Amino acid sequence: MSRLDRTFRSLRSRGEPAMGLFLTNGFPTPDATVPLLHAIDRGGADFIELGMPFSDPLAEGLPIQRSSARALAQGVTMADAFEHAARFRADSTTPLLLMGYVNPVLKYGVDRFCTDAEEAGVDGLILPDLPPEEAGVVTEAAARHNLDLVFLIAPNSTDARIREVDELASGFVYAVSVTGLTGSDIKGSTTVDAYLKRARTLVDDTPLCVGFGIKSHDDAMRLTQHTDGFIVGSALINHCAELWDDDALDRAARLDAVETFARRLKYGSEEPVPEPEP
Amino acid sequence: MPETATTTDATYTAPDANGHFGSYGGAFVPEILHPVLRELREAYAHYKDEPEFDEEVRSLLREYAGRPTPLTYCNRLTDEIGGARIYAKREDLLHTGAHKLNNTIGQILLARRMGKDRIIAETGAGQHGVATATVCAKFGMDCIVYMGTEDMERQRLNVERMRLLGAEVRPATSGSQTLKDATNEAIRDWVSNPADTFYIIGSVVGPHPYPMMVRDFHRVIGEETREQLLEKEGRKAPDAIAACVGGGSNALGIFFPFIGDPGVEMVGAEAAGEGLDGRNAATLSNGTPGVLHGAMSVMLQDDAGQVEIAHSLSAGLDYPGVGPEHAHLRDTGRVSYPGVTDEEALEGVKLLSETEGIIPALETAHAVAILPDLARRMADAHGDDAVVIFNCSGRGDKDMDTIAANI
Repeated sequence: MSRLDRTFRSLRSRGEPAMGLFLTNGFPTPDATVPLLHAIDRGGADFIELGMPFSDPLAEGLPIQRSSARALAQGVTMADAFEHAARFRADSTTPLLLMGYVNPVLKYGVDRFCTDAEEAGVDGLILPDLPPEEAGVVTEAAARHNLDLVFLIAPNSTDARIREVDELASGFVYAVSVTGLTGSDIKGSTTVDAYLKRARTLVDDTPLCVGFGIKSHDDAMRLTQHTDGFIVGSALINHCAELWDDDALDRAARLDAVETFARRLKYGSEEPVPEPEP
Repeated sequence: MPETATTTDATYTAPDANGHFGSYGGAFVPEILHPVLRELREAYAHYKDEPEFDEEVRSLLREYAGRPTPLTYCNRLTDEIGGARIYAKREDLLHTGAHKLNNTIGQILLARRMGKDRIIAETGAGQHGVATATVCAKFGMDCIVYMGTEDMERQRLNVERMRLLGAEVRPATSGSQTLKDATNEAIRDWVSNPADTFYIIGSVVGPHPYPMMVRDFHRVIGEETREQLLEKEGRKAPDAIAACVGGGSNALGIFFPFIGDPGVEMVGAEAAGEGLDGRNAATLSNGTPGVLHGAMSVMLQDDAGQVEIAHSLSAGLDYPGVGPEHAHLRDTGRVSYPGVTDEEALEGVKLLSETEGIIPALETAHAVAILPDLARRMADAHGDDAVVIFNCSGRGDKDMDTIAANI
């Protein structure tokens, strides 16, 4: 059983939704990544997606486009992603996935990539431009290196497609909340709810998490009525950008603010509930 | 069956059902686009063989676009070079000034049958943007064209044309601010508006079925060439065909019907910019396999798999990718793809202008630039009545600022 499986099982037994948080590797600065991973971990992240920046990120809205460009401009590489993952893993058991576009993975070499990921303590992969039809290049190597392979569904996915994705996915199925880019507004609540209800009835092999456009605890609680968890990326990226652009703050204050941001996403504005030790 | 109807060799069947040309092609897209592409594949498969659709395409090409375009014998160019007899397939005479309209007519008719009323497109040199804005005006449809801010500057005439035609030109400000970035923005728009939007891609690039579909809409270039050559020279096929290759649509349009004729040498001129060792857009010479804009092909990228910024004086060739079918045709050895520098292309502009009274687009000038070598080589191999055809894919009016500044 993978680390992600254990996490979802334990949360499910407590009736809690999982909170996944996305952070671009090397953003806002390469040396901030590991401290940021620990800050969101302390803030209650149940799993973390470390984004591998790509020059041409097709499905991203402006926040993640900009964070990717900022990271790449500072020379961040795939080797840094593995190094940051390994340093995070040394002090935490929270599941960590690598997320990014398939081209840099192909260039790195799929086997070498999966080997290095496993060695760095990475638990899974999310490659949003690698649909099931093309996934053959990765599935075998990922399985051999104990990496869960997450696939995505969207509001316009047919029932048959959702079942097909559920069959293939491990770790969880990533339900894109809206037909739009990361960081979009979640429009028309009834549409999202109807779609997630439909997905809930079709996805039974794998936990179901919803992401794209979730900006607050309230958003998260509304959507996780139908799912096992939620994912926040752009809102966290925007928050980090503001903190790092504020020269009045030192690093400790920024990291504290990020931890608080994560905790509020998970528990709302009330006093945080202490997490039971696993 | 008459000889003129013979087209591609039955042994050349690419792509396969999933859009793969050998190890290239496919559909590497976010899940939101999966149902959209499926709907498009099904619609295209249904309509492409429907006589009514075919007749509507043909009628528009004839009555509106001006097909067939002439196959012009270039007597002074032939004399000047002193090699094979050279013919120009005159896509520069097609309405809007380039081959691009063949494709936009096909795609807009498909969009209408699919009930999509919002059209988006990307453009580099602006020719595809103009061709898209043109068919949108003709059919009264909303049109948004994404264009890099650098390209808007160097092709400002085409920006004005698109606006006059009623299109909204949206600047792509990210990255290199050229065709690559315009394509990113168009795909992002599509991901955000999948239900009502039809994306008219301007070249043989993108996810399946675009590379196949765009090729099919342009193959009329090669099919006409075959008939016209039979009429003028009494032969089924030329000794060689030359075309320029950015994404590669005009090249595939003229190559495709001849792929099965092993005696026809095919040459695609890529933009070598400042030289193959300098800044360039010579993807098939310098690129490596990778995924860009939804397809596996060959692309300019660094060691980390980040897309590199291409360079060509010609905005239409200034693209770090290339259609997957070209990568396949390169690997199989069927087509060769030499690089042509900015400087050589400018020489090509002068050569065709001075000998034939045809000012070619800078893109087209890359194909002109390889003619001296090719025509002499063909004459050496096949004698004085050897025939070389080049695809005169567009006219140079749009490039006059760049040409005047550099020549």
